[in-house]
Amino acid sequence: MPLLLFLEQTLNGLQFGVTLFLMAAGLTLVLGIMNMVNLAHGAFYMLGAYFAATLVPLTGSFFLSVILALLGAAAVGLLTEMVALRTLYSRDHLDQVLATFGLILFFRELVKILWGPIAIFMDVPTLFSGRVEIVPGAPYPVYRLLVLAVGVAVGAFLWWLITRTRLGMLIRAGASNREMVGALGVDIKRLYTLVFALGCALAALAGVMAGPLYVVDIGMGDDILIKTFVVIVIGGIGSVRGAFVAAIIVGMVDTFGRILPSQFGLSATIAELAIYILMAAVLFWKPRGLFPAAG
Amino acid sequence: MIGSLDRSRVFILALLAALALLPILATLGGEEFYIGQFRRILIFAIAAISLDLILGYGGMVSLGHAAFIGVGAYVVGILVHHASEETLFLGILPGTFEPLIAWPAAMLISAALAFVIGLISLRTSGVYFIMITLAFAQMVYYVFVSLRTYGGDDGLRFRGGDTLAGIIDLGDDLTFYYVVFAVLLGVLYLGRRLVRSRFGRVIEGCRENERRMRALGFPSYRYKLAAFTIAGGVAGLAGALFATHESYISPSIMHWTRSGDLIIMVILGGMGTLYGPLVGAIVFMLMEKFLPDYTQHWQIVFGPILVLIVLFAKRGVFGWVLPPRSGGGHG
Amino acid sequence: MAEPLLEATGLIKRFGGIVATDNLSLTVLPGEIHAVIGPNGAGKTTLIAQLSGELRSDSGTIRFAGEDVTDLPVYDRSRRGLARSFQITSVFRAFTALENVALALQAHDGHSFRFWRDATRDPALLDPARRMLDQVGLGARAHIAAAELAHGEQRQLEIAMALATGPRMLLLDEPMAGMGRDEAIRMTGFLRTLKQSETILLIEHDMDVVFALADRITVLVYGRAIASGTPAEIRANPDVRQAYLGEDEHA
Repeated sequence: MPLLLFLEQTLNGLQFGVTLFLMAAGLTLVLGIMNMVNLAHGAFYMLGAYFAATLVPLTGSFFLSVILALLGAAAVGLLTEMVALRTLYSRDHLDQVLATFGLILFFRELVKILWGPIAIFMDVPTLFSGRVEIVPGAPYPVYRLLVLAVGVAVGAFLWWLITRTRLGMLIRAGASNREMVGALGVDIKRLYTLVFALGCALAALAGVMAGPLYVVDIGMGDDILIKTFVVIVIGGIGSVRGAFVAAIIVGMVDTFGRILPSQFGLSATIAELAIYILMAAVLFWKPRGLFPAAG
Repeated sequence: MIGSLDRSRVFILALLAALALLPILATLGGEEFYIGQFRRILIFAIAAISLDLILGYGGMVSLGHAAFIGVGAYVVGILVHHASEETLFLGILPGTFEPLIAWPAAMLISAALAFVIGLISLRTSGVYFIMITLAFAQMVYYVFVSLRTYGGDDGLRFRGGDTLAGIIDLGDDLTFYYVVFAVLLGVLYLGRRLVRSRFGRVIEGCRENERRMRALGFPSYRYKLAAFTIAGGVAGLAGALFATHESYISPSIMHWTRSGDLIIMVILGGMGTLYGPLVGAIVFMLMEKFLPDYTQHWQIVFGPILVLIVLFAKRGVFGWVLPPRSGGGHG
Repeated sequence: MAEPLLEATGLIKRFGGIVATDNLSLTVLPGEIHAVIGPNGAGKTTLIAQLSGELRSDSGTIRFAGEDVTDLPVYDRSRRGLARSFQITSVFRAFTALENVALALQAHDGHSFRFWRDATRDPALLDPARRMLDQVGLGARAHIAAAELAHGEQRQLEIAMALATGPRMLLLDEPMAGMGRDEAIRMTGFLRTLKQSETILLIEHDMDVVFALADRITVLVYGRAIASGTPAEIRANPDVRQAYLGEDEHA
């Protein structure tokens, strides 16, 4: 494979990886701390993209739209958590799967009503629409570098939050031992709501950043949701570090999986299968993922 | 207690009688359209019942069950396609129009796939199990999307394969309905024997308390794998019937959201009851068919309804008819 | 001295930095009740988990009935006659008491890949199950769901299920957990009758019970066996008094 193509794909893989990380971080925390399977996580990815796509033309500022979209998604998340999800924490996974599946249907239809069934488009913000030659002779879209930068920045922020703040301590404790956190006299309900809203905001951020790169439509949450589940299963439920490592791996495998087959004359099917085979292999060797947090 | 058991028995008999009479009534009323509609419902009921075995009785939440329906459908579709094109599958295997060969083949291959998927998935539990079944289902889905030879994303239409044993004309709506109905009755009967057998007890025990089952001496993994395989095979049969019914196969039947629909059918009707999924399939698919007539956006109502059902009406329609379980026995 | 029925040698189990089982060895002779006592956190439950096969030891061996079972999974040890009851009641709550015991019987009646015959009405299972329930005093409650039994009855069911597997040895993890005075007295009497036909490793907190029933006692502190011997020897042992019995009024 030509070196330039390799470098380009590596960057693409990293960029997709951090997008997955943004999705996975929130999902793994919700799963690890509240022991809740949230199929509707993809809906917030979708909402983030739709909000931003609508706000950018309205406000004229990409940056402002991102902030508003995140707040909007977090607000929706808060509302959903308080109205529909609270009671699910104590239920078994089947109940959670079904209820959040119901939420997917609801959100999908809501978006369809408000924005119509046809895909909408989001432009790359003009400031970042150029290309830059990070390696001579290989221009690479600035926007993708931005996505990469944002992802790494968020990763750093989460690392700081989880290892250096009291909230982070509670989150880590909660991920490995739910009862202990209650015993520490912390208002569990508030912690849960906060974690859930954080997860939604992260998913929305992923959606916003992904908007200009891929198409913004009702189905966008589905595909990335499943890949996100693959990431947290590989990374280990409840572990943000695991989510980061696994997200990068999956991002790279998925990206290279798409182009390698044609390089070697194989069918493109391998592309889609690659990450699932990876997941099956990891689970076979480590049934609880690479960095399981739960004790 | 006796009274309520009678009530559920009456309910089932009434339902089965209604289903048996439906085509005749429909023909008399000039609404033959419903025969095909209900045939489709009964086919999915068979799939839902197979899911109940592992979900309701076994407690295994599989988000990938639709994959087995899909594989069963494709086996039939591919066999008939090759027969009508007079080509060979993979260059070696001739096709066939005969359902008595195609349908069992579909069951066997679906069961084999279920065995392989179960072999890996059942090493995990809880959330991991749900995720891995979902991932496998997606894998299967994408494999079939990539099969250009058989239509890929657009699917494949085929003709033929609708004469059973050379004498029964499945092309006739009424006849095919009764064939499907007979299969449904067979599945219900065999299913009932299965859940009351020693094997059935083990499966339920594994759902109730797997740790204790192992402490008692049961190698639980083996039994769960067997149940998973059987369920996959029966789902494959449903798929085979579906393909014959539609004369069309496409990957959309095995998208993971269809697995979600199946779970809804089982819960809606009442899981762990065998007859519940039949009721659930009827209710769900009728809703799916007729709600859109009221509003294009029925899902925005259905979604929250589903949430409410999960929160407040877990036992489902048939579960409501049954007496509350004071023991593990089943009607 | 007779050949031990159960022989654990040099068991070690670590969880991260904590050593839960610290080079532990013990034997259980056929026909005896061997009690294991120790303060909370001493590693008693970890020990049972290792003996029954739920936990894999980091090192050490376990021999049962002359066979090395160290690498055998839980169900294989059970099939060889090593039965266990749980400290926190672990029955099939949705099943009736009768169904619970029937399932336990089924576990040791060949394999269960039988798909045709109705097991819910099989006298081959139900009759012995009923007899077993009568034996433990739950005969009248046979058709009550386990979830609806009184706590003491559930504990009895726990043991009935372990007994139904026809074991050569019982691992009883605090059979009297959560029981009131009367229930405990009844259970003690039951265990005394059981002693005539079963070999038992008993984890128990209640000192009265332990000294009344046990033939030998092993004292566990921080995962180590600090003393092992007859009740009289244990009572007199200064290490034991200091580490454990000193806290207890009934020594």
